[in-house]
This record gives sequence, C-alpha cells and structure tokens, in this order.
Amino acid sequence: MDFGAINPILLVASLMVSATPILLAAIGEMVVEKSGVLNLGVEGMMITGAVVGFVVALNSGSPMLGFAAAALAAAVLSLSFGILTQYLLSNQVATGLGLTLVGLGLSALIGKPYEGMKAPSLQDLHIPLLGDIPVIGPMFFQHDIMVYVSLALVAAVWATLKYTRFGLILRAVGESHDAAHALGYKVVRIRMMAIFFGGACSGLGGAYLSLVRVPQWTEGMTAGAGWIALAIVVFASWRAGRIVVGAYLFGGITVLQLNLQAAGAQVPVALLSASPYLITIIVLVTISARGMHGAPASLGRPFHASH
Amino acid sequence: MSDSEVLLEIKGLTKAYPGVTANSDVSFDIRVGEVHALLGENGAGKSTLVKMIYGLVKPDSGTMTLNGAPYAPAEPRAARASGVAMVFQHFSLFDALTVAENIALGMENPPKPRDLARQIREVSETYGLPLDPERTVGGLSAGERQRVEIIRCLLQDPRLLIMDEPTSVLTPQEVEILFETLRKLSAEGTAILYISHKLEEIRALCDHATILRLGKKVATCTPSETTARELAEMMVGASFDAVERAEKAFGDVRLKVAGLSAKSPNEFGTSLKDISFEVRAGEVLGIGGVAGNGQDELLAALSGEITTAADMVSFDGTPVGALPPEPRRTAGILSAPEERLGHAAAPDMSLTENAILTAAAREGLMNKGFLNWPKSTAFAEKVIDAFDVRTPGPGTAARALSGGNLQKFVIGREVMQNPEVFIVNQPTWGVDAAAAAAIRQAILNLAARGAAVVVISQDLDELMEVADRFAALNEGRMSDIRPVQGLTVDEIGLMMGGAHDMEVAHVDA
Repeated sequence: MDFGAINPILLVASLMVSATPILLAAIGEMVVEKSGVLNLGVEGMMITGAVVGFVVALNSGSPMLGFAAAALAAAVLSLSFGILTQYLLSNQVATGLGLTLVGLGLSALIGKPYEGMKAPSLQDLHIPLLGDIPVIGPMFFQHDIMVYVSLALVAAVWATLKYTRFGLILRAVGESHDAAHALGYKVVRIRMMAIFFGGACSGLGGAYLSLVRVPQWTEGMTAGAGWIALAIVVFASWRAGRIVVGAYLFGGITVLQLNLQAAGAQVPVALLSASPYLITIIVLVTISARGMHGAPASLGRPFHASH
Repeated sequence: MSDSEVLLEIKGLTKAYPGVTANSDVSFDIRVGEVHALLGENGAGKSTLVKMIYGLVKPDSGTMTLNGAPYAPAEPRAARASGVAMVFQHFSLFDALTVAENIALGMENPPKPRDLARQIREVSETYGLPLDPERTVGGLSAGERQRVEIIRCLLQDPRLLIMDEPTSVLTPQEVEILFETLRKLSAEGTAILYISHKLEEIRALCDHATILRLGKKVATCTPSETTARELAEMMVGASFDAVERAEKAFGDVRLKVAGLSAKSPNEFGTSLKDISFEVRAGEVLGIGGVAGNGQDELLAALSGEITTAADMVSFDGTPVGALPPEPRRTAGILSAPEERLGHAAAPDMSLTENAILTAAAREGLMNKGFLNWPKSTAFAEKVIDAFDVRTPGPGTAARALSGGNLQKFVIGREVMQNPEVFIVNQPTWGVDAAAAAAIRQAILNLAARGAAVVVISQDLDELMEVADRFAALNEGRMSDIRPVQGLTVDEIGLMMGGAHDMEVAHVDA
C-alpha cells in the first residue's frame, strides 16, 4: 500500500467536483421540504436532468445551454408531481416514488442513441489572484463555474429563508399550512414554486454528473445520488450550512475511498465502497442528535382549503 | 356608544355546504365602537358567519356594507386592508417561529425587524399585554399566544376586531384583564365582534348581542337587560334536564398518585412535576387549569400512554405506574382523551372497530386473538342506544359522525365497560347543551356505582357541577386539592396560577 500515491491537492479538488451534484439536489429538496412537501422523486429528476443536459449540450455544443435545459426539464417534471399532490391530493410518498420510476425509464429511452458519446466539457475557471496561490489555488479556485454556482445557491437559499419575507412565508407554510391559509397565504401556489425550484436544482445536479463529473451518458448513471441527497436533507436537520457539510463529507469520502482502493489499502473493497454512506450518516446523526431536529411540522401532510 | 353610526351592515347572508345550511338569511348591524356579541351553540353557524366577514368564505347570497361602501372581501388580505382583523379560536400561530415573525406574517407591509420589535413592545405596554418579540411561540402559554394574536391585530389599527371564543384558554383573572383591554379599545372607537357561548361574559361585556340558532338569526338584544336564562333559552331553543347528584358516601382509596413526575413526549408539551392525589370510590376529582398546563400529559400518565416508576400510580393498592395501557384497561382503569378524532377514535374505522380497540379485553370481544364480530357489533349498538348517538349504525366510520355524537360514543364506550377508575379529559368539548348534560349525568352515575373518577376540563362550570373536590394544573404542577363546596371564582383563579404576569391596560380612555 502506498499512501504517497494520494495527492492531497488533487483529493480536495476532486472532492468538490464529486460533492457538487449532491449539493445541488439536496439544497433544492431542502427548500421543497421547508415548504412542507416531501418529494421522493429527486433521483428521477436528477437523471432526467442528466440525460436532457447531455443531449442538449452535445447537439448545441454549449454545456451552459445543456445545464439550462436540464434545469427546465427536471423542473417541468417536478410540476407533474406538484399538480398530482397539490391539486389532485395524491399521496406524496407514492407519487414521489412514481416520479423516480418515470425519470429512470424516460431517461433510458431518451439517452439510448447517445450512449458512449463524449460531451463538450465545461471550462475550468482560473480565478485571478486566488487561483494563483500555491496549494490553495488548485484546491479551491480552479474549478468550473457550476461548483461556485452551487455554493452561491446554498448561500442564497440560506439568506432568503432567514432574512426575507418570502422565506418567512415559505417556512410558515411548511410549519402550519392551516394557519398560513387562515392568514390568507396561497399555500398551494407557494408549494408549487418550491417544488419547481427543487426540480430545477435536481436537474442541475444531474447535468453536472453527465457533463462534468463522468462526463458521458450511461443508463442509470445517478446510481442513488438522489437518495443520498434526500438523506442528507434529513440528517442535516433542514439547515443549509449542514447540507454543505454533509454533501462535501460524502463527496470527500467517496473520492478518498477510491484513492485508497487504488493505493491497495488492506481493507475489504466492499467496506471501502460502503464507507461514504456509513460515515456521512454517522457524522450527520451525531450532529443532529444534540438539539432539535427541526423537521417542518406540516412535512408530507396534504393540504386542502376546506379542512 | 349605542347611538353612533353603523360600521358594518350585514344583510341576508346565506351560505350552504353540501348537506347543511350553515347560515340562512342572517342580518344585523355593528356600530362604531360597540362590543357586539355573537351568541350560539356549537354548530349554530357563528364560525361560518365570521369567516364570511373576514373573507375566508364567500357567501352564496346576501350583502355587507362597511362604512357605507359595499364590502365583499375576496380574501383575508382584503379584509385586513379594509380594517377588519380577527383573533382566531384555534390560534393561527406557527410554533417554530418567533413572536415577531408570527406577527410579521399577519401584516400586509411589516416594518423592518428592529422597528417591528419596538412597535410590539410599545403596543404590549400600552394595552397591558407583556410579550417578548424574540421568544419562540411553541414555548408560550395559551394566554401568551392569545396576546400574540391580539397584538398582531392591534398593530394594524383595526376598525372591527373579531374575537372567536377568546376566553376559553384564560383564567378568570386573565379574562378580567382581557375585558379591560377590550373596553379601552371600544372606548377608542374600535368595534368588537365577540363570539362566545358563555352568557355571563356577554352580559358583563357586550352592548348588543345577536343570537344564532341552526344558522338563523333568532334575535338581537341588549344583554345587560336580558337574563342569562332568557339568553340560554333563545340560544338552545329547548329545555333540557338538569344534572342530578345523588347523596354519596365515599369508600376506600381506589386511585393513588404519589410524586408523579413525567417528561412530556411532545416537544412543546408540559412535563408533570411531583403530582400527588388520591381518589376514593364514589368520588369525582375535578382538575381545572388553562389548556397546555399538563392536562394531556396527566391523562397519558394515568392511562398508561406514558409509563413511569411503578409506585407513582397505584390502583386499589397495586402499583400500576409501569404498566402500558392494555393491562391497565383490563384491570379496570379506563380513560377518554380530549382529542376525539385521531386520539380517542381512529377516524376511518367503523364504530364497531373503534369499540373493539379499547373494549376487547373487558367485554370479551376477542377469543385467542380472533375477533368476535357479532359480539363486538352488539356492544357498539349497546353504546349507541345507551348514549343516544345519532348515526345510521355501528358500521359508520367515526369520521362521519358530528363532533358531539362522536364524543358521546367515545365516552359511552368507556362508561359501558363499567370502569373501576375512569379518567376523562374535556368530556363535553364541542357538545351541545343537552348532550353535555347527558354525559355529565353518566359520569356522576359511574361514581355513584363506586368508581373513582377524574374529570379534567377547562370548563369551570362543568367541574363545579360534577366534581366533589377541585384542583388546578399550572405548568405541570398541581395546586392544593379543595372541596368544591364553598369555592369562589377568585380562589379558583388563583389556584389556576392567577393572572400569569398580565397587567391592566394603561390607556386613559
């Protein structure tokens, strides 16, 4: 075994790339759950974003156009979930699971002709001054734009929920939809907006997988990333800061265990492969075991104005 | 102020839901600065009427005129913009948010957080409603929550303030302070529409009263010139039997609670702290107190939903504190919790199934794990007959029954099992006067047969009627236990914790 083969600079750099898809999906789902809706279809929306983003980027030659199309496609798909659960009052758990199945099937169909092709790659930025710093520069400041977009998005979600009136109304709807309705807020409309935002974020996360992380299209390529994003939202106690911790921890250990496998560590491969899941869950449970869990009180409960 | 101009004129308001007419051709006027009572039994259509005024429900027909201009609010926002504010019966508050955030949610254009906190402090001092804007609402008492709602309304300078059953969560002292605040507001020209079914309150506070029965207006009168009996007759529309108490001699101690402490399973609940009392055979112990002071937790600890150290609860000398609900039921300790849909009864299951859920062991409805359906149906029918539950039959889902009928069923289900110890929380909540009298009579009959009964209630009149001794819960602690005879309202109020740091309004009218 040769630990010298593991380069810490490359490790941190690839950690950020590895964590970005999950971070994007998780921050979107957090907003959805903060509004009181449980959308279990993250996996399906991610893979829809992955295939649509790949196809559009390949045909147009523009990765950014691919990301935009991926966000739009996944958001439109999430609207079908929204209409079913918010207007037709279908069961959120069953509908979310259905959304995952639809997404997996639809993406396989769309992506069939594109298997094995190579997508146009997203340019890495080289941020002036910061990117020139030795060691730290290559670690943090020489990534593609989506890495920074995802972090900016987390900061924006955090600030919106904490400081703006819209964020307050969104949290209120998730806390008690009956009270919010009695005060005259449009519960269903606010939840539809949250669902749309969550879908768009999942789509971006999926497109990041197929356009940057891998970068090519294979069937079922999300491989459970959507479920990890869902779990991170819960274990992070619905807090934006902890979602970054959870996503980067998961991404980091994923990269580390691959490096350890390559370096020939004397640990069973199965255990190494399982380690990102185990350690992420243990760490986040330890964090959230201390205080209040903070689940939105109306999470997953159907709302109808007549009750 | 009774001669001043009309603020809100209501003409022929009608609203029908499938199967029921909630309001039929209701007309009355509210004048500027008057306190106008809306009086009626549960289900008389009071709530639907105020929801129409507040823009939550659209009337089928009829018109409203506010200050001479047509008034038809499409949503609460429009009602608030016109100067109509409402304090809800079931508070429309968000537990996880702070007082300031809750108030901001109820305002059209809330100021910056710092200015809002200052305004909240100003208004709360002016009207004697102390409140810290930074506190989380989930940790507030019921009285404090009501202050949040009232301040939310007052910050918008309303011309009409609607209050839906505001005193049901307050101690007598707190009620007096609330009335002072309302009188100041009325003197300043704010009209108040005051909804209640408590006659003495209305006689003490209101300038006019409109009485509703079965969705129709019965009369508008001046409560101070009408007796409580006349008001009650107009409201109920029929006479009903008064509760009879038998002379009684108490037997041995059946239920003994010693140093009972238990943590609330609910994040915002109240933990029980060192509660001790004894109930003898044939005795009814009444436990009062403002909602949320440990009533639910006490019932849970006695029924077995919360288990404690074994010797904290004893039945006929046997420690049962560590037993879960089913063995306690088998032994004869039965209970009926407050929330009938979801706690006392499973909403989507039939009455027969709901009967089996608590009566299986004592009534022998189960044999080696198999259900005895004919016997279960017969038991459910027996409950329905004995308690006059109005339902098509025992196969009806619990959800389909009206609140009062379901309450009669869940109380009857326990009473028909001949409990040795019976614990009930809010036995007549939301039940009409005749049914309430029947339920109270059943409780007294049970005690007369030698059971020990604990009645937890927020209705003090009810406790005075059925209980032999009275105690109050305050923040999870129990007051001294006093005989009901000779107890005054002031003493009861102090036992309930007095005025909870409220103070009288400082406004000079």
